[in-house]
Amino acid sequence: MNPHRRSPLILTATVLVYIFLYAPILGLMLYSFNASRINVTFEGFIPAFSENVVMDGSLVKSSPCGPFHWYCDLSKNDDVLEAAGNTLTIAFTATVIATIIGTMAAIALQRYDFKIKPFSQLSLYIPIVIPEIVMGIGILTLFSQFFGWFNGLLGLTGDARLSMGIVTVTVSHIAFMVPFVTLVVQARLQGFDKAYEEAAMDLGANEWTTFRRVTFPMILPGVLSGALLAFTLSLDDFVITFFTNGPGSTTLPIYVYGLLRRIITPQVNALSTVWILIVLLAVLLLQWLQSRDAKPQADLS
Amino acid sequence: MLKRLRENKSAQGTLLALPTTLWLFVLLIIPLILTLVISFGKRSPDGDVIYTFTLDNYLRLAGYSTNCDNGQAACFDPLYLQILGRSLLLAFNTTAIVIAMAYPLAYFIARADPKRRNTFLFMVLIPLWTNFVIRVYAWMMLLRKEGAINIIIGTVAHWLGINFAPLELLYTPGAVLVGMVYEFLPFMILPIFTSLEKIENPLYEAAADLGASPFKTFLRVTLPLSMPGVVAGTILVFIPVMGTFIVSDILGGRQYILVGNLIQRQFLDARDPAFGSAASLILMVLTLIVTYFYTRKFGFGEEIIAA
Repeated sequence: MNPHRRSPLILTATVLVYIFLYAPILGLMLYSFNASRINVTFEGFIPAFSENVVMDGSLVKSSPCGPFHWYCDLSKNDDVLEAAGNTLTIAFTATVIATIIGTMAAIALQRYDFKIKPFSQLSLYIPIVIPEIVMGIGILTLFSQFFGWFNGLLGLTGDARLSMGIVTVTVSHIAFMVPFVTLVVQARLQGFDKAYEEAAMDLGANEWTTFRRVTFPMILPGVLSGALLAFTLSLDDFVITFFTNGPGSTTLPIYVYGLLRRIITPQVNALSTVWILIVLLAVLLLQWLQSRDAKPQADLS
Repeated sequence: MLKRLRENKSAQGTLLALPTTLWLFVLLIIPLILTLVISFGKRSPDGDVIYTFTLDNYLRLAGYSTNCDNGQAACFDPLYLQILGRSLLLAFNTTAIVIAMAYPLAYFIARADPKRRNTFLFMVLIPLWTNFVIRVYAWMMLLRKEGAINIIIGTVAHWLGINFAPLELLYTPGAVLVGMVYEFLPFMILPIFTSLEKIENPLYEAAADLGASPFKTFLRVTLPLSMPGVVAGTILVFIPVMGTFIVSDILGGRQYILVGNLIQRQFLDARDPAFGSAASLILMVLTLIVTYFYTRKFGFGEEIIAA
């Protein structure tokens, strides 16, 4: 049997699954150009450019941005901009912290022996085997009980009270991101020989120099892909954010979810389209960077 | 002191692992303990928790009710057991459908020309990078009475000369199933692909040389060797499906309640954190039991990280 033989059955199934994966997203993008404000049926593209927005009932007849009317509309929506800002602030902060402490833990677990090692290793699997909602309500309970106790203790009232917000979201994001960083970096550390580090030490490098000049460059691709994974997990997160956010810390997923329960204009579709394109661009850029980096490394080994 | 630390490898390891371990302890383990404690508590009139020890919340989940029609003091109300059963069934169905859809695709990618493999794989990942909530919204648009699915069926029916009234597809159990399958399909494709990719060509050739038919080769070689991928994928799909509440919230309507919705409402609408905590612990125990038996039978592969 030729292993590369293509069975028509498998080919058909493959094409169908790809259609299943892409049709909803492409439909979503198409409706971002919908002339209908109600956005229930597709009423065609917005046909013309004009100085001001011209409406005919719920149909947009012409707009300064033409077919891109809803994208312009979106850029004037302060709530969206604030949510986007929050999402990025949380994702960046959480990724930096999670990557640093996660990498440290990976090195500890892979290169050292210590008393709490089995416990440290085991706790990494919690976010994988426990449903997110269980973690979400647990963290919500922790914060609300702690804040209640703390505010009562110090007699804080009004705005001085500790409450849910961007800090609680970030801190909780780190908790579910760290294990992924650690596991990815650990896998990378497993893949390379301890002998490189031992050789550096034999040649007189101290531990810090060994780490900086040998270990770190070798695990860097693992650290970067762990950080990217953590970043996308944070951007994408709904459940944990849902239970830990407060006034002023709405993220984009929470914002979109709120809209879905009210009237949905094509603005939501425009937002989704922009989001998808930005993520796609970021990932393509990263792939390109990695493939560029991969070549000189292949020469070394 | 610094010098002693430099010589003490054990202390160095502890220090390096400490931030992560402490973070996970405070934000994952303590909350779990807190949930356990509160699940034995009671609801206070203002929707807070009274710390006490009562099994009421668990009894209520098991069907014990004091809110009876016929004036009895206690009766059996299967409401919550039905919700648990529905969630389990949905998780099983979703996993089974996702395996059936993911396997051929993963097989195709693993057998494809190595140059194109990454592109095919990348095409699986793109929908995954679209936000979870946006993906539910996409299906909401497709399934509506005026949505694309009804338009397509209507057009086909029109050609065939059949009368067709648009179907109400949204807010049905089927809509939730489709939404779940869509959300979690990529999580099955990646681990199955990872394990299929490891099977080397000589194995197939050997099977063929020994006279195995393609079907038999698949059954005796490919399938057993790809099981670690299927197991990892199942864990990545089954557990989140059990706990997700957005899909049922948006595609299933208010009447279609899963465990996730039940828990969420106890914390936000009903304001009964004690009962919500008990439901949450039951959910956790259920998923842990399923995961335990499943992995004990098939092993816990490294494929889980690959995704």
